[in-house]
Amino acid sequence: MTAGSTTPPAPVGAVVDGGTARRRGWGWLLLVPGMLWLAVFFVFPTIQLFVTSLYDPSGSYEQGYAMTWHFANYLDAVKDTWNLFARSFAYAGIATVVCLLLGYPLAYAIAFKAGAWKYFMLVLVIAPFFTSFLLRTLSWRTILSDQGPVTDFFQTVGVLPDDGRLLATPVAVIAGLIYNFMPFMTLPLYASLDKVDYRLVEAAGDLYSSPFTGFRKVTFPLSLPGVVSGTLLTFIPACGDYINAELLGTPKQYMVGNRIQAAFLTEHNYPLAASLSLILMLVVVLMVVLYVRRAGTEDLI
Amino acid sequence: MADTGRDLRVEGLTKRFGDFLAVDDLTLTVPQGSFFALLGPSGCGKTTTLRMVAGLDDPTAGRVLIGDEDVTYLRPYKRPVNTVFQSYALFPHLTIFENVAFGLRRRGVKDYKQKTLDMIDLVQLGPYAARKPAQLSGGQQQRVALGRALINEPAVLLLDEPLGALDLKLRRQMQIELKRIQTEIAVTFVHVTHDQEEAMTMADTIAVMNHGVIEQMGAPGDLYENPETTFVANFLGQSNLIRVDVIDTVDQDVVVDCYGQKVGVVASRSHAGGRNAWLGVRPEKVFAEAAGADHRVGSNILTGGRVTDVSFVGVSTQYLVAMPWGQELMVFEQNTGQRPLFRNGDQLDITWSPAHAFLLDADQDARAGVMTPEDDE
Ligand SMILES: Nc1ncnc2c1ncn2[C@@H]1O[C@H](COP(=O)(O)OP(=O)(O)OP(=O)(O)O)[C@@H](O)[C@H]1O
Ligand SMILES: [Mg+2]
Repeated sequence: MTAGSTTPPAPVGAVVDGGTARRRGWGWLLLVPGMLWLAVFFVFPTIQLFVTSLYDPSGSYEQGYAMTWHFANYLDAVKDTWNLFARSFAYAGIATVVCLLLGYPLAYAIAFKAGAWKYFMLVLVIAPFFTSFLLRTLSWRTILSDQGPVTDFFQTVGVLPDDGRLLATPVAVIAGLIYNFMPFMTLPLYASLDKVDYRLVEAAGDLYSSPFTGFRKVTFPLSLPGVVSGTLLTFIPACGDYINAELLGTPKQYMVGNRIQAAFLTEHNYPLAASLSLILMLVVVLMVVLYVRRAGTEDLI
Repeated sequence: MADTGRDLRVEGLTKRFGDFLAVDDLTLTVPQGSFFALLGPSGCGKTTTLRMVAGLDDPTAGRVLIGDEDVTYLRPYKRPVNTVFQSYALFPHLTIFENVAFGLRRRGVKDYKQKTLDMIDLVQLGPYAARKPAQLSGGQQQRVALGRALINEPAVLLLDEPLGALDLKLRRQMQIELKRIQTEIAVTFVHVTHDQEEAMTMADTIAVMNHGVIEQMGAPGDLYENPETTFVANFLGQSNLIRVDVIDTVDQDVVVDCYGQKVGVVASRSHAGGRNAWLGVRPEKVFAEAAGADHRVGSNILTGGRVTDVSFVGVSTQYLVAMPWGQELMVFEQNTGQRPLFRNGDQLDITWSPAHAFLLDADQDARAGVMTPEDDE
């Protein structure tokens, strides 16, 4: 043992390096399927979208569009729809925060307290996926309807005025977003909480941390990767969502997604639709980069 | 810190996991400031005992007291007890500095920075203070775990095999260092180990544990020289155990019949009740003499041995001697140059003093606690 520790480590390191170098030669092959997928289904459509966004807006579905490098499309898009952007980010932001507040205790309970019920509870979290997204959102119209028990309840306790409604309000749209994206928050949170070694929590207790301090100083920081991926998986798709606003709201609650959908499918205004899509994409990517940087480099606490 | 009344007392401590009795009615007192070793084979309940003292597991029955305070059901963070965990349990998201400072900061100690740096120096990790635990070797991580617990100067420090992952040299070094720190800060150490040499070099008192019960407790010398059970006789060092019949007690000696030859054992060293017993004697207490040579007066003598194996190990020569009844006994002779050397097949007699033998209960398993090669490190 002693002899081993005095041997210079250099030759050992050299052998290991040789091994990795050899492996590096073939490792890239593993990337090929993924790269092909990305090229066909992401890079190519994005280029197509970009090109479309620069078409002459005076063209039409029937006559076709001319490629005129019409960058003014972007200005027009922003001018008409900045409030939709603001609303989208506000709704998505609120939904993400509420999802985190509801999802964290749930994921924590499943990871640490559920015992034998753990897998059953996980199935319950995933269970909504067994039926169609559309159907479930439609059923929220019944739940939140003017004569429904939820509205009734809030009217009775006086939170809502007697003629107040839930359906067709921002509350309904955000509630729909929260409901639909909840599993995307809960599952990554669960995955990283489940990885937290309980013995570390015990060690924190042994070192004078009350359960709450132990959570703040050990469990929560160790679950940050789950918080980051959960919020991203919730916020990003929620920003582009249009089904919830469509089914649970009115045009007053419309989000960018609704505008894009209308431009593409109803008005066939492809340049507008494409520039809106690209702006949305760019802003979201920017926000995500800022967020991940902050979460990655600082302690957040 | 030197005031008395912070002894660790454990009374009737019991822990069951379902039907399995992991710790069985354990009672012991660890005087304040002493170095106490809990020694036993894997799975005998050492970690479980420590966890109950630390408050990480609730006992099924029994009490834990520090001084006069009953802490049996006190939450871990309220106990003046810190643990060096067998698995280290270092916080992976914190640097070495932050790991070591953790306890001080939770208690709001003002000058934690200097204290932390001093402790990091003490465990010789100065250059690594800014690293994360994953960037350290196993031995270095263990030293972080040690520093992280020691820095709090608790009333009782629990160490669960803290030196297990270190190589021999570092281990010896850390043993000395630990002992020095313990003497200096006068903290009660409860040190769990399955390395008997480590327990004997470091501890004031050793408790030998087996299957959830303490077999024997005492100073290392007493335990080694006068074991009370076959498990202790075999687990601490090595022993020759010979089946004998108890004949008589003459003055201070118990006389036993060993396959037809009579030998004596000092009465205070007899822990056997019935007609039969195990006669035990340590291999280094036995002398080999050429058959028929003049024997020293007062010694026990067994004649008719034949050398079946000789291993020369430098400081000593170790013989295996086949006795007339077929058993092979171990005889370790110091290489003083004053003693005769024997070869395979030589006929010899073996002798030892009655003050060096011990008698154990015949109902016990003569092979209990024998180290098999894979247990040995
Ligand atoms: N949570 C538990 N549930 C069931 N059995 C357990 C539990 N913890 C420990 N045991 C059992 O209790 C016995 C004692 O375990 P313990 O961890 O105290 O052993 P140990 O003496 O520390 O051993 P080692 O030297 O290997 O660390 C073992 O047989 C173990 O299997
Ligand atoms: Mg253990």
